[in-house]
Amino acid sequence: MTTAPVATATATERLEVRADSDVVRVRQLVRAVAQKARLSLVDQTKLVTAASELARNTLVYGGGGDVEVELVTDGRRSGVRAVFSDEGPGIADLDLALTDGWTSGSGLGLGLSGSRRLVEQFSIDTAPGAGTRVEIATWSR
Amino acid sequence: MSDAVPILKIGTTLLVSIQVDLQDDTALQLQEDVAERITRTGARGVIIDISGLEIVDSFIGRMLASVAAVSRVLDARTVVVGMRPAVAITMVELGLSLGGVRTALDVERGLALLAPEHESAEDVLLAAAEREAR
Ligand SMILES: Nc1ncnc2c1ncn2[C@@H]1O[C@H](COP(=O)(O)OP(=O)(O)OP(=O)(O)O)[C@@H](O)[C@H]1O
Ligand SMILES: [Mg+2]
Repeated sequence: MTTAPVATATATERLEVRADSDVVRVRQLVRAVAQKARLSLVDQTKLVTAASELARNTLVYGGGGDVEVELVTDGRRSGVRAVFSDEGPGIADLDLALTDGWTSGSGLGLGLSGSRRLVEQFSIDTAPGAGTRVEIATWSR
Repeated sequence: MSDAVPILKIGTTLLVSIQVDLQDDTALQLQEDVAERITRTGARGVIIDISGLEIVDSFIGRMLASVAAVSRVLDARTVVVGMRPAVAITMVELGLSLGGVRTALDVERGLALLAPEHESAEDVLLAAAEREAR
């Protein structure tokens, strides 16, 4: 069994997500931090893609919110942690929301389920009426 | 019309070269622009060059598939070219399939795919240059 690295953050940056242009900014910030963390190009691409999906969900379903991105280290490895938070309606049925192809809107229903596959660590904290908080992390090899 | 993404005409083919990170509303606008250009020019083919894209997420993937679908209805074929290897790997893991969209490694191969069987990409470019010169 491998235990999750105990992370200490070295720098945190926060972005608001209120418009399409903010989603682009989130992608750029996550890319920059992923490069600092020395992730491989494929891991950078996966992480940025996941961040794009989650930031769009924050905007479209959460009614806007914010994203915190930080460079983390456990002493041996460096990584990127990103937290997407909103105070929207929350997700009533999380299992359903995490099903490939399920969407309550007009999407492909791949954002949540797909981004979970693209990152190393993935967790969601949500409840109806209580907003949604998604945390992801990927570590250098 | 948006000027974030240039649409060039080479012979009967439109070349759409995406060189910047597109925000969602710009991607939607591009979809409309391509459809409008096809009907205005009678183009028979569309090449979408995504070599400048660092990621293709579900939104951009959906845009590419829908440009291809709309083009088909307007009697034009679409080829997506230039996808970076890391993007391809990520798309597959995300679960995104560009079902129904033809792909090629680069613009030249894309042109060859759209050309009638006996023509090479070079012939197509040459013919286009000649038409332009006239
Ligand atoms: N932040 C959020 N707040 C409220 N509901 C959410 C949130 N994120 C996701 N959901 C719900 O979970 C569903 C699945 O999300 P997911 O991102 O997988 O698909 P989608 O956004 O509908 O489509 P896609 O991302 O493929 O374009 C959404 O349709 C929505 O109902
Ligand atoms: Mg989504």
